[in-house]
Amino acid sequence: MAEVSLAQVRKIYPGGFEAVKTVDLAIEDGSLCVLVGPSGCGKSTLLRMIAGLETVTEGTVTIGGLPVNDREPAERDIAMVFQSYALYPHMSVYDNMAYGLRNRRTAKPEIERRVREAAGLLDIEAMLARKPRQLSGGQRQRVAMGRAIVREPKVFLFDEPLSNLDAKLRVQMRIELKRLQRKLGTTSIYVTHDQLEAMTLADQLVVMNAGRIEQIGTAMEVYEKPATTFVASFIGSPPMNLIPAASDENGQYFGETGSRILRLRSSAERIVVGVRPEDIHLGEAHPGEATEPDSVAFTVEVSGVEPIGAESLVHGHTGQGHDLTIRVPGYAEFGAGRKLMAHASPKTLHFFDAGNGRRID
Amino acid sequence: MTDKRVSFSGLLLPAALLAPQLAVTAVFFLWPASQAVYQSLLRQDAFGLSVTFVGLDNFVRLFEDSSYLSSVQVTIVFSAATAILSMSAALLFAVAADRVLRGSTAYKTLLIWPYAVAPVLAGVLWWLMFNPSIGIIAYILRGLGISWNHVLDGDQAMILIIVAASWKQVSYNFVFFLAGLQSIPRSLIEAAAIDGAGPVKRFFTVTLPLLSPTSFFLAVVNLVYAFFDTFGIVHATTNGGPGTATTILVYKVFKDGFIGLNLGSSAAQSVILMLFVIALTIIQFRFIERRVHY
Ligand SMILES: Nc1ncnc2c1ncn2[C@@H]1O[C@H](COP(=O)(O)OP(=O)(O)O)[C@@H](O)[C@H]1O
Ligand SMILES: [Mg+2]
Repeated sequence: MAEVSLAQVRKIYPGGFEAVKTVDLAIEDGSLCVLVGPSGCGKSTLLRMIAGLETVTEGTVTIGGLPVNDREPAERDIAMVFQSYALYPHMSVYDNMAYGLRNRRTAKPEIERRVREAAGLLDIEAMLARKPRQLSGGQRQRVAMGRAIVREPKVFLFDEPLSNLDAKLRVQMRIELKRLQRKLGTTSIYVTHDQLEAMTLADQLVVMNAGRIEQIGTAMEVYEKPATTFVASFIGSPPMNLIPAASDENGQYFGETGSRILRLRSSAERIVVGVRPEDIHLGEAHPGEATEPDSVAFTVEVSGVEPIGAESLVHGHTGQGHDLTIRVPGYAEFGAGRKLMAHASPKTLHFFDAGNGRRID
Repeated sequence: MTDKRVSFSGLLLPAALLAPQLAVTAVFFLWPASQAVYQSLLRQDAFGLSVTFVGLDNFVRLFEDSSYLSSVQVTIVFSAATAILSMSAALLFAVAADRVLRGSTAYKTLLIWPYAVAPVLAGVLWWLMFNPSIGIIAYILRGLGISWNHVLDGDQAMILIIVAASWKQVSYNFVFFLAGLQSIPRSLIEAAAIDGAGPVKRFFTVTLPLLSPTSFFLAVVNLVYAFFDTFGIVHATTNGGPGTATTILVYKVFKDGFIGLNLGSSAAQSVILMLFVIALTIIQFRFIERRVHY
């Protein structure tokens, strides 16, 4: 058990590319921290620096209070699950799991006990004698996890471990992984580009973009109060609608629709208003109809509807041509070109500085 | 593994495509081979005047002939040593190349050059370097207090042909080992590193087992090479001597047939060698089918 912290950590690859730009992060003992961000944003690089598979260009990586920059991966007491699983193809499942323990000269009965226990936990007891090639993708995944578990390390590192599984299995393994992590109580760092996976797994969610951390918080904090327009558009599916707005001495205009919204305590001239698809309510557009006093109203022209089962996604654009997605319950039947009135409660709106993308509260 | 097989619908095109290869095989392999089998059953008198059919007598005599049995022994020592030396040297170079220069070609090209050298030239080259009077290696060895004279010393003659034969084959092995090493996913080595295996342990418990299909293939290729393609090296350097210390089987075929003019015995010897290659090839194919895909 250990906490992990990164202080002013940077990574510049030999080619001169700065993959991680001065990152600070503290991960509590026993928690599950998820690094999420688009492909190429430096998640794996960060994880591999913690594992010791990449050198740290600047800054300090600390595991359990000890700086580990100069330690070999084997000396850091971590275990890693790779996207490709990286099982040793010439070894049986049992040997795959026992390999790390044998290298550490663990006593034979102890190895046996731990491997059997992990196999039981993961429901792969029947496969201990098989070679990895005789297993399905999901079973290989379990073996990879088993190999990490038997080591009883201080920290688990996962690099997109579920990406190679089909959608159904992915959801199942996600739940199982969370359950296991809870049960074992081992500090875990999990990398994914899938925001849904990130939201459901994370105790602590770290959103990354272009080598930087955009926001750190619980899943709900990040969802409810995205710190930047990037986070707003990355977390949540479909993503938050972001509509540019102008402000003058009287307050802000929402999307240049003519709707005036409350005055913000911000000096920003140009702002971006964010509203989640589920926070917009639709009604028919009746010219001259009085809108609810405490709601922001604007017209939407429908361009298409996507039914996704229990709800539908209505795609359209505002009078000024900004694209919008609105989530409505049930099956919505709106033809393309239909004009609707949309309402959003001011409480549900998010505001960002259009210049630097930061949240304005 | 994806199936790379191409299928043809007609019969004419495949036949036309195969014809040149089949013709070459027939003229340069099947015909001489059948001649060898035929000759091995005959015996000519010393003047080539009379020929008699003797059945398997040539073979029986061979296995009673102590010079043949000693040549078998020489060949085993030579082939095993050549295969081991050339493969381990190649593996060493390949590991170094894989580490330092994933993808760089300069080092690779340099190591591939010897393969383009004819066996005779390889032999002459090493013969010169080991030459007791003018050779640089002989000179260095003398400096170390080792008197080198492969013309007189059978063991030293053996070392000379082993070194020359191995050197020529290193490049070939290197290419295959390097390709094998580069096809091992990096994450496997990383997983082993996290699992607490140091570089040496990783090499022996992960890398080497994963190279075993390559190693097996190369072992067969190198044995066949040492058995047959090394004729030029022996011919150019030791002529099988001193005595019969370096008379490997293929050289003995030549010596008995062309110098000793004992055609029947020489043909029987080639037939045995041929059977040996056929056996190796069968083993190779069976193993490749079974073992290569783990
Ligand atoms: N060994 C390397 N050398 C140079 N650049 C690299 C190397 N590995 C990754 N990168 C670059 O660093 C960036 C971040 O990579 P990575 O951490 O793998 O991203 P992610 O895991 O978030 O998709 C990418 O732009 C990638 O091209
Ligand atoms: Mg990655």
